[in-house]
Amino acid sequence: MTGWIWFWAIVKILCVVLLAPLMAGWVKWLKCKLQNRQGPAPWQPYLDLQRLARKQVVLADTASPIFRIAPYIVFSVTIIAVSAVPVITVKLPIAALADVIALVGFLALARFFLSLAGMDVGTAFGGMGSSREVTISSLAEPALLMAFFTLAMNVSSTNLSTVISHLAQQHFTLYPSLIFSSLGLILVAIAETGRIPIDNPATHLELTMIHEAMILEYSGRHLALMEWAAMLKLTLYSLLIVNLIVPYGVALTLDPGDLAFAALIVTVKLFIWSCFLAVSETVQAKMRLFRAPQFLGLAFILTLLGMMSHIILEVQ
Amino acid sequence: MALNIAQFAVLATLCSAVAPLVFLRLPYLQIRISFLLLGVSGIAAAWAGGLALLSRTTEQLILPLGLPWLHVYLRLDPLSGFFLFIVGFITFIAACYGPGYTREYIGGPNSVGPLTLFTGLFVGGMFLVLLAADAFSFMLAWELMSVASYFLVVFQHHQEENRRAAFIYLLMAVVGGAFLFLAFGVLAAFSDSFSFAAMQTAPLSPTWASIAFGFAFVGFGLKAGIVPLHVWLPQAHPVAPSHISALMSGVMLKVAVYGFIRFVYGLLGGIQWQWGVLVLLIGSASAVLGVLYALMQHDLKRLLAYHSVENIGIIYIGLGLSMIFSATNHMEIAALALIAALYHCLNHALFKSLLFFGAGAILQQSRQHDMEKMGGLIKKMPVTAFCFLIGCISISALPPFNGFVSEWLTFQAALQGPILRSGIIGAMIPVAAAMLALTGALAAACFVKVYGVIFLGRARSPEIAEARDPSFGMQLSQVILAICCLGFGIFPTWTVRALNTIPQNLMGAGLAGGAADGWLWLTPVSSQTASYGGLAVFFALLVCWLIVFAFLHQPQRDNRIRIAPTWDCGFGSLNSRMQYTATSFAMPIRRIFSFVWLIFEKVEPAVEGKGPRYLLKISDRFWLMIYVPIGKLMLKLAERTAFIQGGNLRVYLCYSFFTLLFLLWVIV
Repeated sequence: MTGWIWFWAIVKILCVVLLAPLMAGWVKWLKCKLQNRQGPAPWQPYLDLQRLARKQVVLADTASPIFRIAPYIVFSVTIIAVSAVPVITVKLPIAALADVIALVGFLALARFFLSLAGMDVGTAFGGMGSSREVTISSLAEPALLMAFFTLAMNVSSTNLSTVISHLAQQHFTLYPSLIFSSLGLILVAIAETGRIPIDNPATHLELTMIHEAMILEYSGRHLALMEWAAMLKLTLYSLLIVNLIVPYGVALTLDPGDLAFAALIVTVKLFIWSCFLAVSETVQAKMRLFRAPQFLGLAFILTLLGMMSHIILEVQ
Repeated sequence: MALNIAQFAVLATLCSAVAPLVFLRLPYLQIRISFLLLGVSGIAAAWAGGLALLSRTTEQLILPLGLPWLHVYLRLDPLSGFFLFIVGFITFIAACYGPGYTREYIGGPNSVGPLTLFTGLFVGGMFLVLLAADAFSFMLAWELMSVASYFLVVFQHHQEENRRAAFIYLLMAVVGGAFLFLAFGVLAAFSDSFSFAAMQTAPLSPTWASIAFGFAFVGFGLKAGIVPLHVWLPQAHPVAPSHISALMSGVMLKVAVYGFIRFVYGLLGGIQWQWGVLVLLIGSASAVLGVLYALMQHDLKRLLAYHSVENIGIIYIGLGLSMIFSATNHMEIAALALIAALYHCLNHALFKSLLFFGAGAILQQSRQHDMEKMGGLIKKMPVTAFCFLIGCISISALPPFNGFVSEWLTFQAALQGPILRSGIIGAMIPVAAAMLALTGALAAACFVKVYGVIFLGRARSPEIAEARDPSFGMQLSQVILAICCLGFGIFPTWTVRALNTIPQNLMGAGLAGGAADGWLWLTPVSSQTASYGGLAVFFALLVCWLIVFAFLHQPQRDNRIRIAPTWDCGFGSLNSRMQYTATSFAMPIRRIFSFVWLIFEKVEPAVEGKGPRYLLKISDRFWLMIYVPIGKLMLKLAERTAFIQGGNLRVYLCYSFFTLLFLLWVIV
């Protein structure tokens, strides 16, 4: 029995990793349609990744070993982070590996190496991207942790499986803390996955880009890994948002019928979330970099308010 | 047994201080002997400390030294054993590092004699502070530690800056010592004895206990470097020789933390929740302000010194939580928070020494301590670069290294806040948790800057391009510490289990969970609440890496890499001045948190013959807001009272005589 659980856990990780490009491509396609553009097909990222993986790597002569190991570390760490997130069931053997704090730690570790890689070649672009990335994430990360803490205090556990299964079984009540922390979580997710209005995944304009600036010197399979890790991160945050804010429909048992139903529900939830993302990216413009702190400050205040209201109003 | 080994360690340090003075003419031999004996004493101390911690015993001894009614009490219990282990271990590593590092001082402007003498006395002082079990010998050892370290800070006294830093350090140490005298004085007055055993049972009223706590908080806080008492730290730590910086930052601050824990938990007892709130608030402020000030530095060692303020803040957050929980009688959570704080003490000692050793290696090789002149060192000093990277990851609290475990434990304790059922404290704890989260994120940002600017990119000055990996001993000590950083990160359960004896000993309660699910999973409260498997994470990471690597390097493909010049957009070759510098890297953060610092920024336009100039000066707000006014006030008072100094010897003798009479009258 335990062997099967592990098998399914690995299948789950593989599914998320393999479907992440589709998620990114789908959001892009939807955005193009909303903006009256033709746009590439949703499966275009697969073709891009395949092309990149086949191409020869061209390395800058100033690059150090950090530049070469960073893509592998970033990608592997993101996979480990994915493994801790319940997708369709809360019966997760790997849940003991890491809780939400460790999850945030993994994302921070990936970002650490990504930013180092940006500084490695010694060009102005890379340094600029790294500097902006660490600035934005140093504001976003506390907000993210606060949002998680509020949920964790609600069920007095930081284990994601426990949190989601408690929330799903709880009698539905619209707590103020949940509203505040959900809003904060969404703002953080937008900032951390490099979407409009903080960063624009489609741009290569030097004054605006963050993520693209850091990976500007990458090519071939290294670039493929970096791009894939970014898509994986988008999927990871999407899953966190849909499963934490609307935990209903996540299977609490390993019954095949439940699992199939849960898979369907998660797909629907992700569909709604991606529509929201595409619409929000269509109606907004990118912010100036120095307005980003206000955006993230709002996220931090919201999550802090969520936690305060939980402690002051909701703890009996 | 353990106490005998500890006494041997103290004797060995004193020998390492005195023995080399015989060979004043042979500086090489002098260094060798001194560090050999220091290393032996370090091993002995670590052994004794580990033995006391693991065997869970308390050993006592009364030495018939000193005045007839004032014997020296020595005691080694798990708490002092743990700190003795830290001090001893780092001393041993510093002794491996020292010979290579101090070689450059031979033939320099300063003789190495004072260095070996005061290093031995300094380490011996720290050992004795940990072993002392009465206020009298505690204070003697404490002052020995302070004064000896003053001479180490002022070692390169031909530089004006060093003398100034050392003077401020001495001044703060004296003030701190005075506060400790007052704190112990309160306890001694109520117990009629100087021994800790008597002080423990002293019948203190809550008010007097709070007063004693206040004195101890300031006294130990001055040495630990909490905000706003930290101003000496970023000045004194960078100017000492690097192995001494490592000992001061990594270890001496921990001795102050030990003193604080011993005083509050061991001597005062009856902890009040208000104390915990104070410690929590000051800890949060130290953590955030420490890392923000560190971000603005571009002198590597000063940056690391500010990070010590940050890490002491994190330790104080843990202590504050522990005090609040134990005051409200939630002993298990209090034990968890105390273990988190102690674990962070160990971790900080490891990675901060590692980083200071790395900084020392760079300093020795390139004579450069300004980060703006470094760059590209990873290719010149691969071993140092690799170890420094591990230090950076550990101090940024990233998994699977050790810094993450202790911050994770602190978060777990903070998340138990709602059980307090009190609005005010309940709201305070999440704010502290938020500050801790902010600190972690900013520390990661800071160490991306540090590593990126120093080791990556292109060399920014010719001296840096000449740097090489340092001598074998200096490399070895860094490698050992790097391995320890990983080891304490992936095997946290054993450490937590060993540390569990300390709260059991001090508060009578330990962790129930600990390692309920086996040694692989760290489950401080229960496995339902939270778990973390460091080793599993490490292996999962390796497996993922291997799979991805194998997948991308399929044999039928051409996997060769082409090396080419960096694309310069067709504008001509790139040079090292086009890179982001430490200052420009931190610029967005400087702009966001601009209210924290006093920033002086000015652009001078180009005049003929000279290009435009950019001036930036960032100063410590606390120095100007608190210390400069105090200094002015003291000067003014001194001017007013100067008239009593007539310069006549008989008048001075008269003063002494009347003071003596007055004191006798007070006592009688």
